[in-house]
Amino acid sequence: MARIGVFVCHCGENIARTVDCAAVAGSVADHPSVVCSVDYKYMCSDPGQNLVKDAITEHGLDGVVVAACSPHMHLKTFRRAASNAGLNAYLVEMANIREQCAWIHPRTPETTVKATDLVRAMVEKVKQNVPLEPIRIPVTPTALVIGGGIAGIQAALDIAEAGRDVIIVEKEPSLGGHMSQLSETFPTLDCSQCILTPRMVDAYQHPRIKLYTYSEVEKLEGYIGNFEVTIRKKGRSVDIDTCTGCGACMEVCPSKKALDEFDMGLRTRTAVYTPFPQAVPNKPVIDREHCLHYKAEARAIARGKPVKAVCQKCAKACAADAISFDGGDELIKEKVGAVVVATGFQLYSVAKDQPEPYLEGYGEYGYGADPDIVDGLQFERLASASGPTGGKILCPSNGQAPKTIVFIQCTGSRDPAKGIEYCSGVCCMYTAKHAMLYQHSVHGGRAVVFYMDIRATGKGYDAFTRRAAEESGAEYVRGRVSAIYRADGKLVVKGVDTLGGEPMTVQADMVVLATAIRPQPGIKELAQKLSISYDQHGFLNEAHPKLRPVETNTAGIFLAGCSQAPRDIPDSVAMASATAAKVLALFSRSEMEREPQVAKVDQATCSGCFHCERACAYGAVEHLEVKDRRGNVLRVVAQINPGVCQGCGTCAANCPSKSIELDGFTDAQVFASIQALSL
Amino acid sequence: MRFGYYPGCSLHATAREFSESLLTLVKALDVQLDEVEDWACCGASSAHATNHLLGVALPARTLAIAEGQGLDNIVAPCAACYGRLAGAAHEIEGDAALKGQVAEILKRPLGTPPEIINVVGFLQSLLPEIQPRVVKPLDGLKVACYYGCLLLRPHKVTRFDDREQPESMEQVCAAVGATPVAWNKRIECCGAGFSLSRTGSVIRMGREILDDARAAGAEAVVVGCPMCHSNLDMRQPAMNRGQAGAGALPVLYITELVGLAMGLDPKAMGLQRHYVSTQPLLDRLSTAVAVAEGEVS
Repeated sequence: MARIGVFVCHCGENIARTVDCAAVAGSVADHPSVVCSVDYKYMCSDPGQNLVKDAITEHGLDGVVVAACSPHMHLKTFRRAASNAGLNAYLVEMANIREQCAWIHPRTPETTVKATDLVRAMVEKVKQNVPLEPIRIPVTPTALVIGGGIAGIQAALDIAEAGRDVIIVEKEPSLGGHMSQLSETFPTLDCSQCILTPRMVDAYQHPRIKLYTYSEVEKLEGYIGNFEVTIRKKGRSVDIDTCTGCGACMEVCPSKKALDEFDMGLRTRTAVYTPFPQAVPNKPVIDREHCLHYKAEARAIARGKPVKAVCQKCAKACAADAISFDGGDELIKEKVGAVVVATGFQLYSVAKDQPEPYLEGYGEYGYGADPDIVDGLQFERLASASGPTGGKILCPSNGQAPKTIVFIQCTGSRDPAKGIEYCSGVCCMYTAKHAMLYQHSVHGGRAVVFYMDIRATGKGYDAFTRRAAEESGAEYVRGRVSAIYRADGKLVVKGVDTLGGEPMTVQADMVVLATAIRPQPGIKELAQKLSISYDQHGFLNEAHPKLRPVETNTAGIFLAGCSQAPRDIPDSVAMASATAAKVLALFSRSEMEREPQVAKVDQATCSGCFHCERACAYGAVEHLEVKDRRGNVLRVVAQINPGVCQGCGTCAANCPSKSIELDGFTDAQVFASIQALSL
Repeated sequence: MRFGYYPGCSLHATAREFSESLLTLVKALDVQLDEVEDWACCGASSAHATNHLLGVALPARTLAIAEGQGLDNIVAPCAACYGRLAGAAHEIEGDAALKGQVAEILKRPLGTPPEIINVVGFLQSLLPEIQPRVVKPLDGLKVACYYGCLLLRPHKVTRFDDREQPESMEQVCAAVGATPVAWNKRIECCGAGFSLSRTGSVIRMGREILDDARAAGAEAVVVGCPMCHSNLDMRQPAMNRGQAGAGALPVLYITELVGLAMGLDPKAMGLQRHYVSTQPLLDRLSTAVAVAEGEVS
């Protein structure tokens, strides 16, 4: 005979206002399996928990039902209390009489009847409960960081400094990300490279950090604590170890027409190149799309002709003999316990042609058609001392300083008609910075900023935008721009001043578009490889927008920086450190405990149809070969990996032969609860 | 080939040459136009400025008749008619309650509305027929393709071309041997229906358009809308007044331009009806053709 205790919580007035808690406790007291039934003002408080513990000892309880709030809130609390009193934690259940009863009904006798019914249902469930033990999984204490921008570098350094190994995978030839392209940073106007490059070097030289540049994640298998990642190391054609970084190869390379990605296409580079002088590692790579040898090779293969060596001047010029044209991509496997996704952003390219049908672009602004209409990152390069103009702000078309410059904020952001409704968060600030840098560079020049609102909510941010408008002399015009075209050598910017209520035309020499932040191209494919979710724009989804902002719904995978949403540098760094804390907590023990409420397959009845495999969002279903004594495969059945299973129950609901049960939510438990309700 | 056809009021009145050039052209191309029976005015712009429901119901009546006639599509050469017909179809399709209300008012069933085709899309689809019949290629005549507002906007209604950087008129003009110029005012408003009520604004707006076309080197402006045509053609003397170097700039319907390239009779196409004389342009083209054929040495 079961011996079950029922504990009804008032939750202050939250439950007691509408439910007669004493009556609930009283009416289940006569249930044949209930040996003790009490109500109390705050069951989750210390005295409340003691009530539960004492009753377990005193009445020798073999099951506990706490009628209170949602199990999301306090199930762990009461399970811990029961466990301390010697009762298996999984013999404790909660009846949710707050969210599912007290909060949503008026104070009537029926509400109390419903609360009683919910408690009875849980009593019947607990009678079917069996003791469960937490699953213990070994943990590989190495972290994989995808993306070597400021977020990835910060996460890697924090984890490595705490004594754990880190692997950084960066798809570009150098660490640094977009931050390395910036000129100065808001709100202090300190030089971006000056604060970033020491971090890049720290990460490169750290004994616990292994760096794969010019590499991408090919595949991720396994589960929290036990991932295996396959990394595609793209053919670099330059041996990093023997290369001295002297640069002789770049001097002789005759292919000079590739657009320089680091300078946002404002100048060209050679086919063998290092992205920028402070690159880490400071070793070149051969861009096979533009290299004369590789182009000739591709042509020869396409025509079925033998491949001959073409050009290869770089190899001849290399004193260290570090260049080889033979190697291709390399696939490397590494074992890791946690993954940090810090893949960063791209700017919404607002030229006429768009990658996605829902993005409209801004044909009316002429970006891409006129060289003096640039985006925010291009302006950063023009303002940067390491940029194509050596830090002088000059029009790309004629090399003259722009006497009038127009900045257009929210180009793409907050404009659902053009496909993006969100605020990119950083543009108000960087436009204010651009206006200041312009005033510092071109004395007496006129800067006009078209804006919708000024959103400057960070520390010192509002003072910064005010400085741009009030001290640097930028003209802030609240309004949008309808069209930009060239007439008589000037860019004619047609807009409206909505505060003055007048149309406004500015004859400008240069226009800077503060284009929206979008996630990196390829983010959706990466998310699919990692089994994590993303929103309609491709930003990766956090597990909870407030309480779990750096975790994903897949255990062991964390988010930092712009992969999750548009962020500035301080936020990206803070987020990266938060992921490091999460990763280090996971690595703090050699084994981790997981909830045992996972699915189990009855291999005797499983027909091997693998409906469950298709239904499982987490990739937890494996194939198990059932063999006879001689080792012949008799049939293949499903098996659930308890390390990966999240206990959602979708497989159990989908199984046509009813061969899957979810521990803690077996059919017997669920049916018993339902029957109690229908009484 | 057969298409449904909705001439609209303008083509019977101020834009007779649009109608004449279109009908001459389709005859030469062996294309049959089946006119919607008992069609009514599309309502532009007075109906939808007066009452939204009237603005939808009036074109919906035409759509319902066309549907009953078994027409899959309707060519609406006037850009304003095109906008009203396509707009009504779009609204009705997106709003079941409105559709019911309009059907009740019209006392006619409303099914799937026919596809509404504007004159540029119509010519684009006929390019395979047109090109073999081009006998007098336009000798690189520099033309400024002027879209105005209604061929392209609102984009969710028209779904035609790129609303900010369109290419369709240029495509048609280039296919018949003209050279479209790159200019800035292609999609600006001409002032349209304010021609009578705010003539001063229309003259100012038109002047900016013509100035920009001239600055780009255009020898003619090509349009696909009777409103644009009447504003830029009829009001042009006022627009040019006091402008140094502002020579008369002929304004041609795109149908006229294509017809000229096909060697159709200018008079049959109504080119003599323009306020800004088209004669100098016709002379230039016939000389060019003569030179090409070696008749003049």
